[in-house]
Amino acid sequence: MYGRGLRTLSIATVAVMGIALGLVFFYAPLEAEEGFLQKIFYIHVPLAIVTLCGFVIGGLLAIQHLRTREQRWDMRSYVAIHMSLIFAVGTLITGSIWARGSWGHWWVWSEPTLVSFLIVFLLYATYQPLRFAIEDPERQARYASVFAIVAGAFVPLNFLAVRLSTEYLHPRVLGSASNLPAKMQLTFLVSLLGIALLYATLCKYELTAKHTRKLLKARSKILGFR
Amino acid sequence: MSVKTKTISEKEGPHAALPRTAHVRSGRPVHVPAGTTRVVAALLRKELLVELRTLESVPGMSLFAVTTFVVFHFALNQSSVSGDEAAGILWVTLLFAAMLGVNRLFVADEDQGGFDAFLLAPVDRSAMLLAKALALLAYLLVLELVAVPAFGLLLLGPSLGQALPDLLVVLVLADVGIAVIGTLVAALAVRTRARDLLGPLLALPLLVPVVIGGARATSPLFGLNHADSPPARWLLTLGLYDLVFGLIAYAVFDFLLED
Amino acid sequence: MADRGVSTIVSGPIAADTESIEGEPALRLEGLARHYGEREALSDVSLSLSAGQTLVVFGPNGAGKTTLLRVLATLLRPHAGGVRVLGKSLPDEAWAVRGRIGLLGHEPLLYRELSARENLRFHARLHGVGEERVEELLGAVNMENRAKEPLRTLSRGMVQRVAIARAVLHDPELLLLDEPRANLDPAASELVEPLIGAASRRTRVISSHDPSGGLSEADLVLGLRDGRPALLREAADVDPGEIAELYR
Repeated sequence: MYGRGLRTLSIATVAVMGIALGLVFFYAPLEAEEGFLQKIFYIHVPLAIVTLCGFVIGGLLAIQHLRTREQRWDMRSYVAIHMSLIFAVGTLITGSIWARGSWGHWWVWSEPTLVSFLIVFLLYATYQPLRFAIEDPERQARYASVFAIVAGAFVPLNFLAVRLSTEYLHPRVLGSASNLPAKMQLTFLVSLLGIALLYATLCKYELTAKHTRKLLKARSKILGFR
Repeated sequence: MSVKTKTISEKEGPHAALPRTAHVRSGRPVHVPAGTTRVVAALLRKELLVELRTLESVPGMSLFAVTTFVVFHFALNQSSVSGDEAAGILWVTLLFAAMLGVNRLFVADEDQGGFDAFLLAPVDRSAMLLAKALALLAYLLVLELVAVPAFGLLLLGPSLGQALPDLLVVLVLADVGIAVIGTLVAALAVRTRARDLLGPLLALPLLVPVVIGGARATSPLFGLNHADSPPARWLLTLGLYDLVFGLIAYAVFDFLLED
Repeated sequence: MADRGVSTIVSGPIAADTESIEGEPALRLEGLARHYGEREALSDVSLSLSAGQTLVVFGPNGAGKTTLLRVLATLLRPHAGGVRVLGKSLPDEAWAVRGRIGLLGHEPLLYRELSARENLRFHARLHGVGEERVEELLGAVNMENRAKEPLRTLSRGMVQRVAIARAVLHDPELLLLDEPRANLDPAASELVEPLIGAASRRTRVISSHDPSGGLSEADLVLGLRDGRPALLREAADVDPGEIAELYR
């Protein structure tokens, strides 16, 4: 059930990412101030956006879990958050590289997106320890869902608070994508699509793997060996 | 046996539809289910009574705060601080002291079966959230009653006097946020294995906006030359935070209690 | 209408009151199941218990006795099967029956730092019961003189007595008792008999380890083993030997 469409999705992901890479290196113009390094923007920002959406989606799936009490929603919520956590690490690393390249420091407090990400990452890093600290599987799923909902609501609030508090000492290159020249916009959008597809594919992979493992366990139980 | 006559609270709670006809018909003593306000009052009273007897939370939190100020003096090698620095020290200390209170909030209930007792009663479960948050809020206010003067005495350069009313407002706004998140996280953490560790680990990131709002709002109050009033946007941020998480906590709390 | 003044302490509700208007049994379980992860804590438990009757549950440790009691108490949700308690189905209508059930578990569910009176008053407020009732029960379990001392200074037997008072404070129609006579000396046991014993005429579900004693109280017997019903019969048709079998 989960495996359906996986191949199509994977192919689509590879295709779009391939196109995106092509656009990034050959199509998008070099940015005047930053030069080549600026191109990391095309991976850093989509990663950030997809991660954030992933966390919020994780919260929404958790709401569904609490409403229906069906275990599959918890599994989806878990995978969404788990994957977003990995992408968050990617966001932080690419952001750090970019900061190092632009301002000479591996970390800057003046970039609110980066800072908010750090906080969000620290929060969601407790998700798995929380789950593992609860033995009863039903309660574990329920508490994890509560956490996912609270954390999901936290993400936008956190961004607001950090953005308000950050002094804009440096010009923010990670500004809104809307005032970019057309070529950059296209590249950005394609990259965004590519990363989003990557996220979806990886999630689907993990869900399929988990589901299959469960089925296998159930069947072997029926057949009598554990 | 007297029959308690009371109006049922407007809140359309689970007890509103308790079948009372059977009771009345047989002449058994009718007890009208307790309205949520009375339940919150009963819980809060129990909470404060236990705290008064055991003195487990508040003295520890207060002592911790004062000790931390001393540690800061040596760590920073400064005799007096002002502005951003002062605000930072105060808020970090208050936050960490609050964690001590959060850790202990549900321990007595978990260890002595208090959850079950409450869950067996025909009452709205959010009453526990409200009661515990109010209790934590009370502890925080007492903590600040000790910590803020201590801070003024030990570390703060400019005098507290003028800034006090504004400071109070900021403290209360922030405390509400800490109380809500603290209660939620405490309920989450108490039934896990690493309860003392998970509480702060969950709460601290969640409370970063409160620290931001609190520190930015109090920093002008500790201005070296004169005290400015807190920027309105930070008070609004704190208020928004309190509102959003208050509502969310109310919505999800039940799921933490049941099994 | 019978005089319900003082006598309510001693005798519980009249049997007919515990049935809903449709005349349903006090308890009706159909294929109740509850799992803990992969393990089945309870599976396929079905029975029907009429109002005023006593069900005694036997079984070795871990058989699911406590789980069953907690499900009936609305503390645990059933994962499968139908559960109807006092005419209401769980878990959806749990809130409707909560105030009509009394649970006496392994834990006394009392705060050690508070006194007996403070504890009972707290529970009274939770259940919307008046304070006079607290005093009545303190008298009924002979704890009036020690009602002001913190529970941690009292013996286990005394705490158990207060716990029993707590369980019947709100005059529940259904009593769920997990080894109620543990920690009680014979005198205390006799003392609480009118509150939780057969004379109280409440519907009761008792979890017991004592084959002969438990059997004498029972109308219906349920033997659990690994969460499954190994034995379900009218008490009259059961002999102690069969119960001992469960523990093998």
